[in-house]
Amino acid sequence: MAGMADDLQSLLDSLAPLLVDGSPHAVAMGFQLESVTPGEAVMRAPYRDDLIGDPETRVLHGGVVTALLDHACGLAAFAGLGGKDATATLDLRLDYMRPAEPGRDVVAEARCIRASGLFAFVNAIAHDGDPSDPVATAAAAFMVSRVSQEAAKRARKAFSEGTSPISQVPNA
Amino acid sequence: MTDALKPLLSSPYVKTMGVRFDDHGDELTAILPYTGDLVGNPLIPALHGGAIGAFMEITASAALLAGTPLAALPKPIDVSVDYLRPARPQDVYARGIITRQGARVANVRVEAWQDRRGAPVAALHGHFLIKPESES
Repeated sequence: MAGMADDLQSLLDSLAPLLVDGSPHAVAMGFQLESVTPGEAVMRAPYRDDLIGDPETRVLHGGVVTALLDHACGLAAFAGLGGKDATATLDLRLDYMRPAEPGRDVVAEARCIRASGLFAFVNAIAHDGDPSDPVATAAAAFMVSRVSQEAAKRARKAFSEGTSPISQVPNA
Repeated sequence: MTDALKPLLSSPYVKTMGVRFDDHGDELTAILPYTGDLVGNPLIPALHGGAIGAFMEITASAALLAGTPLAALPKPIDVSVDYLRPARPQDVYARGIITRQGARVANVRVEAWQDRRGAPVAALHGHFLIKPESES
């Protein structure tokens, strides 16, 4: 079993450059991958003035935290399901505990609670420095859909050919 | 109604996302114009689920601002998003309905669609903290 986990970790390590940087929206929001292991994904959203929700409080918009948690949960589900099939989000439930401190990065830590067959269940927190004092928590369910399986097949092909999947994004 | 949405339209994040509003009488439609920056998975290709969720949160705020004069932008307390179909690389539309509005908390439902309103790509429901103007 240890061997399998090591194999999965090396697969995740090899895919790591694509898991966040291969997603144009994550790149546009400035999200960074901190780590991804078979059961856990950690991502960071650096504080940025153009992502402020309310100019009076200078707090990041809730949507930034939503997108960060969605992406981190998706990575934890992907890793939990063996790093082969891309997953589709079924639902995402978010509790906003408190506003993030203006000026501070937000970090999302997502843990895959259970992954079997086609489904994965993920819990996550978002914090701005202290994981014991989260700004938000999330619970999400994911499934391997036919659409995402086909996408994963194309991703593996693009990856093995060394081409960037980003170049396939249709222009606005 | 456009005046009521001013605080939302001056939000840097709302500007970054490029969200616009179209109001006809008492019907307010939020529009998320497609750009390549909204794509989550280029291989499907599908828009980022987080971007759709964020867009629906903005739509909920707009519905609340349009409905009652508020002293501050609504703050989300909790939201639940159902992803119903992959959102394709094209514009997204959304409308919000205020299910219940109390003195401090409102329950809002939002549906987002692309080609047909009857085939939503995502739905949101959540609670938002509001501060009616009369209280300030």
